[in-house]
Amino acid sequence: MTDPALEVINLKKAFGGLAVTQDVSLVVRPGERRLIIGPNGAGKTTLFNQISGDLRPNSGQIRLFGADITGLPPYRRAHCGLSRTYQIITLFAGDTIQHNVSLALLGLRPSRWQIWLPMSHYRDIAVEARQALDAVGLLHLADRSISDIAYGERRRVELAIALAQRPRVLLLDEPLAGLSNAERTTVKSLIASIPRETTLVMIEHDMDTALDLAETVTLLNYGRVIVDGKRDAVIADERTREVYLGT
Amino acid sequence: MRWITAALIGGSLLLPPFFAGDFYINLASQILIAAIFALSLNLLVGFGGMTSLGHASYLGVAAYISALLTNRYGFGHGAAAIISISGTVAMAGFFGVIALRATGLGFLMITLALSQVLWGLAYRMSNVTNGDNGITGLTRPAPFGISLENPVSFYWFALIVATMAFVMMTIFVTSAFGSSLMGVRDQARRMAALGFNPWLIRWITFVYAGFWGGISGLLYVYYHKYIHPTSLSITSSAEALLGVIAGGSGTLGGPAVGAALVLLLKNYASAYIERWNMLLGLVFLFIVLVMPTGIAPGFSRLVAKMRGERIDDRSRA
Repeated sequence: MTDPALEVINLKKAFGGLAVTQDVSLVVRPGERRLIIGPNGAGKTTLFNQISGDLRPNSGQIRLFGADITGLPPYRRAHCGLSRTYQIITLFAGDTIQHNVSLALLGLRPSRWQIWLPMSHYRDIAVEARQALDAVGLLHLADRSISDIAYGERRRVELAIALAQRPRVLLLDEPLAGLSNAERTTVKSLIASIPRETTLVMIEHDMDTALDLAETVTLLNYGRVIVDGKRDAVIADERTREVYLGT
Repeated sequence: MRWITAALIGGSLLLPPFFAGDFYINLASQILIAAIFALSLNLLVGFGGMTSLGHASYLGVAAYISALLTNRYGFGHGAAAIISISGTVAMAGFFGVIALRATGLGFLMITLALSQVLWGLAYRMSNVTNGDNGITGLTRPAPFGISLENPVSFYWFALIVATMAFVMMTIFVTSAFGSSLMGVRDQARRMAALGFNPWLIRWITFVYAGFWGGISGLLYVYYHKYIHPTSLSITSSAEALLGVIAGGSGTLGGPAVGAALVLLLKNYASAYIERWNMLLGLVFLFIVLVMPTGIAPGFSRLVAKMRGERIDDRSRA
């Protein structure tokens, strides 16, 4: 059997006396589409921050394709094929959209250390960046600054940045947050078109849209995994209704 | 437009030796030295988002090492320069490890504290540094047998070094690494998630800035033929920082303009007005109110406005 794409084993994290992740274990198979749901404060983003390395867990282990990455800093995890987007849009506001995506490409190349030649020297980065923008339908805005474009378009730039790196595991933190209905449909079909080589783990509140994208669902509450399994089984589960759907 | 400005500034730098008297040529040499110093600080402040209040450490230490080696231990200028710059770079490497444990205000306080330690040493370790009397009786080097004792030849020397410094620092910030650096300045966390090592990027920049700070220190001690603990003081660091901010931090040439302004007020206006510090304060206030992003971006915006162009907030002068 092949190693899971992402494995979280008995993860624990507490801020002072507040336990935000309590004994969380997850197994995500390669190519899987996993949705993580739970009420506000359930510890979803905290879990993501531990997986991406922004936060260190108190104990437990995180494995990426069998390799232990628990102690690695975020940038090393990126080189292992892990990529993420942020709930709060985190872009380079003064730069062009193409430059934003180019940075994502540069991050995985040795040329990021190169102090002689300008970015414009790397034609391949420019070409790939424009391809990534084309894939999310923003090629026509490539030379505009982030501060010039609309919120919904910024969400798509977030996605383009993550996808440009061709990650093996992609963490999407509320990719639909704050979007209009039309934009939701666009972004949803974008996420649906992500190739299977990329394993997806997604936090999303918009259940109508997100459930269509998911195959498996994990329900978190108070930092614990409440239910975990196939989508329909989790939705039908009594505990899900109790915690999340509120009936 | 940008090229015309660059050509005009470059051309005017060639003029002083043909027209100006010794006093003004010396003033121009000092401006070039202050410009290199400010440009090196700008790598940290403007491009790295690391506001340092201890940059005088690199100028002062390089100057002191060179002064001590040539004056006391009988080294030649060539060897002294190499040892002095290597020592300064090594110190920047070490200070960088300490200061980069923090960012923002914490970073500023650590750089200030470290530079105050050096300033204190220069004052108190008088058996080595000669304390408050400073080290006198220094000489200027004679590269390729050309004496730098007269103002004109020193000006050419300073101009060559300053041009190299400007070009090298411009290449640095416009390179792929420069893009990484500015990315870390704007969104460190995102950059880490994209595969960049923010700490190492900052540290390399810190050391590189220390190197050019050291180069300006060498020129400084060559010019004055004298070194005193004040060159390591917080005033020295703060004046440079003021120049960077006044000229336009994060622009390629702005800090050189700002440094020139501070130096002119200090060395020229002070001959007419006793309270030149007050004048500096007023000028700074004016700049902050009228051109909050600095002189260089302020002027390019003004020119753009006069030509009826769309104003670009991100224009780099």
